[in-house]
Amino acid sequence: MSQSTPALRLENIVKTFPGVRALDGVSLEVLPGEVHALMGENGAGKSTLMKVLGGLHQPDEGKIIVSEQLVRMASPLDAKSKGIVFIHQELSLASELTVAENIYLGELPKKRFGLVDWQKLYAQTDEILAKLKVGFNAKTRVGDLSIANQQMVEIARALTVDAKAVIFDEPTASLTDAEKVVLFDVIADLKDHGVGIIYISHRMEEIFKITDRISVLRDGSYRGTLVTAETNEDEITQLMIGRSLDLSRNVNHNELGDTALEVKGLSCGKLYRDISFEVRRGEVVGFYGLVGAGRTEIAETLFGLREPSAGKIFLDGQETRIHSPADAISKGISLVPEDRKGQGLVLGMNCRDNMTLPQVDDLKAGPFVAEGAEVAIFDQYRDRLDIRTPGWKQTVGNLSGGNQQKIVIGKWLSMHPNVLIVDEPTRGIDVGSKSEIHNLIRELAGHGYAVIVISSEMPEVLHVSDRIVAMYSGEIIRTFTSDEVTEDNLIQAISGITPDKAA
Amino acid sequence: MANVTDKTEVRSSGPRESGMNSFNLAGAGRLLARQGILVAFGVFMIGFTLANERFLDPDNIMGVIRSSAILGVMALGVTFVVISGNLDLSVGSMMSFATIVVLDLHDKIGPALAIPGMYAMVLCLGAFIGFLVGYLKLNSLIVTLGMLSAIHGLTLTYSGGKNMDIADKEGTWFSVFGQSDVLGIPVPILLFALVASVLGILLAKTPFGRKVYAVGGNGTAATFSGIRRARVVFTCYLLSAFCVATAGLLQASRSLGSQNTVGQGLELEVLAAVILGGASLLGGSGTIFKTVIGVLILGFIQNGLLLVGLQFYAQYVVTWVIIILAVWLDIAAKRGKLWSPIA
Repeated sequence: MSQSTPALRLENIVKTFPGVRALDGVSLEVLPGEVHALMGENGAGKSTLMKVLGGLHQPDEGKIIVSEQLVRMASPLDAKSKGIVFIHQELSLASELTVAENIYLGELPKKRFGLVDWQKLYAQTDEILAKLKVGFNAKTRVGDLSIANQQMVEIARALTVDAKAVIFDEPTASLTDAEKVVLFDVIADLKDHGVGIIYISHRMEEIFKITDRISVLRDGSYRGTLVTAETNEDEITQLMIGRSLDLSRNVNHNELGDTALEVKGLSCGKLYRDISFEVRRGEVVGFYGLVGAGRTEIAETLFGLREPSAGKIFLDGQETRIHSPADAISKGISLVPEDRKGQGLVLGMNCRDNMTLPQVDDLKAGPFVAEGAEVAIFDQYRDRLDIRTPGWKQTVGNLSGGNQQKIVIGKWLSMHPNVLIVDEPTRGIDVGSKSEIHNLIRELAGHGYAVIVISSEMPEVLHVSDRIVAMYSGEIIRTFTSDEVTEDNLIQAISGITPDKAA
Repeated sequence: MANVTDKTEVRSSGPRESGMNSFNLAGAGRLLARQGILVAFGVFMIGFTLANERFLDPDNIMGVIRSSAILGVMALGVTFVVISGNLDLSVGSMMSFATIVVLDLHDKIGPALAIPGMYAMVLCLGAFIGFLVGYLKLNSLIVTLGMLSAIHGLTLTYSGGKNMDIADKEGTWFSVFGQSDVLGIPVPILLFALVASVLGILLAKTPFGRKVYAVGGNGTAATFSGIRRARVVFTCYLLSAFCVATAGLLQASRSLGSQNTVGQGLELEVLAAVILGGASLLGGSGTIFKTVIGVLILGFIQNGLLLVGLQFYAQYVVTWVIIILAVWLDIAAKRGKLWSPIA
């Protein structure tokens, strides 16, 4: 880290919306060549601060200083021209165009008569791509690239301007471990070139791996800046939520009941093969593996969304076939899907209607929906899950991620399932809500539910599971009890390294 | 508090959500944008009234509602289709088909059998479209655009291209639907009100109605909630066909004779009424009540333009300018500003 002037400084930024003081005098300083983490729960003000920096919001008070120049960000384009570049979590690329066209969109090099100078375009692009050491070229269609490579295109786009600061917003949300390594290399490279980096993430391991300093926001105000090398998770969490979190390994096992779900030799084409496991009442079984290992596909099969090509499913000892989600629900299986916004919720609907959607046919007074009964269900689960919303009429899309996830969980709990499958229960959720959801999962098992938790986060799997099924490339490599499991043997199992059975 | 007002921290900081966070219009302006359609309607009404005192005459008002009834009944069915996230462009030519068929059957098998016979045939068409869009998941724009032409051809084949007339126009009770009054109110208005009430309750109060909103709002999430999406879409097209058959009945009963092209172009006016009412073409929003308002707005504007002496053909132009303005205002209200660089 060089001791030069800051690449970017935000001073006492205040931004109010009707009824809310979203930012209450927040300051942030990013040095050239520094990776600066910005952390805070959902609703803490991170996104608002970044929108102020990106010219989408104008601050009520405060200064933005880029390379010692006081600036005003009039628009996103203006911010870009001043060297502030955003790499968004949700990508904004035109998938039918080539990599080169995407990178230089809006500023394609031209020849006479306004025709595009393709040669120059491809040459320029390949030059940038060479720096990033990627495995595709300027003429590749963006739609053919993996999410990680698409992110590389976004980064390449950032490199075309003289970037003073680059903001990464949850960049690893949809990346595999291998892809993360590439991303971190690129970030290191940017760092070496003296670019200041703001890194927004909820993932502690990444924060500790790549950042130099950490600034924390809570409830719209600045809580402090820590030097990464001199702090620990607990201290950060304390700053973020005002208390510490328990993410230790699960040791409290419930008394187990009968086997609620058993799967024997289940296969589905190339997606997964020969899957056998059982889940007993009172038990949490964690499925851990890389993205694409087949975990979500198994859940989808159990929920009637995919037809298995071979194998048997037993519910309470009875062999059964599951033809559709409606069928799965009637047989007592519930799925909290991995994509909350895409699969879990109708964002434009209110909280109550979302929560009672799977049982709307059963909640009838004569031919009509029994709205009183619906409100009663909503109130019950709002209290039980501590869902923070002004009332059931609130549109779900206006809630924070954590509260949205609780609506989805409430929706499925209110169906009183025998088997509850939760896929990535805390993806994109702040630490406070995360631990509430973890506690809830343990509590549910305590009440005799058979629970399957699919997660890509090792601490989460270790914390909530009684047993852990490790998957690699469509196969179960090994099933661990929570006494046997260590981080090392778990990583080995999911990386496809031949496991030492005796370990 | 922080959790409730989380609009300020929608997770992706992408610009797409900025519409939600924008407060560029002050309260009054915001209200104008939100209620823009009603405000514009009010301005038109005042203008028409000043221009021609006959506009507010009870006879004129009754006349407008009465002549809007056919379009209105069709719009009720299309409202279901649009809320479920699809389109129905076949309703115009389907209405022609219904009219021709019921007039033809009237003389062949008598009105008492002709009416159920016509309903059955039109419902079959609706079921076919519902099957293609719901179960085969074909794009509704393509399917119903194709059906617009196909049904037109079917009608012409059926009639041999000739106009259809009832032989004995004086001696049939068939004219009660289109021409008589009950308690001083024309039957078409009563039927429109009846169908609107039943469908309004169906949409707002029953599990089926809830599922229509869910399927249109987020079809994937609806499927993940155990809703049989194909069945819901299928039923919406059946409802639409039922409404079209009713409109055909009204049309046939009113004129007791018809050309093959009587419903031509109505599909767009119907869609216009639904959009004027504020239903989103993306699905998931809209109500029967709003559609009725949309139908009346369209009817009164067209009537007003006639009364101020605008040439009939020029109406097409003005009507569509108004509709496009309405859609713009509607989108502006959702964005919270009149113009935005992003959708």
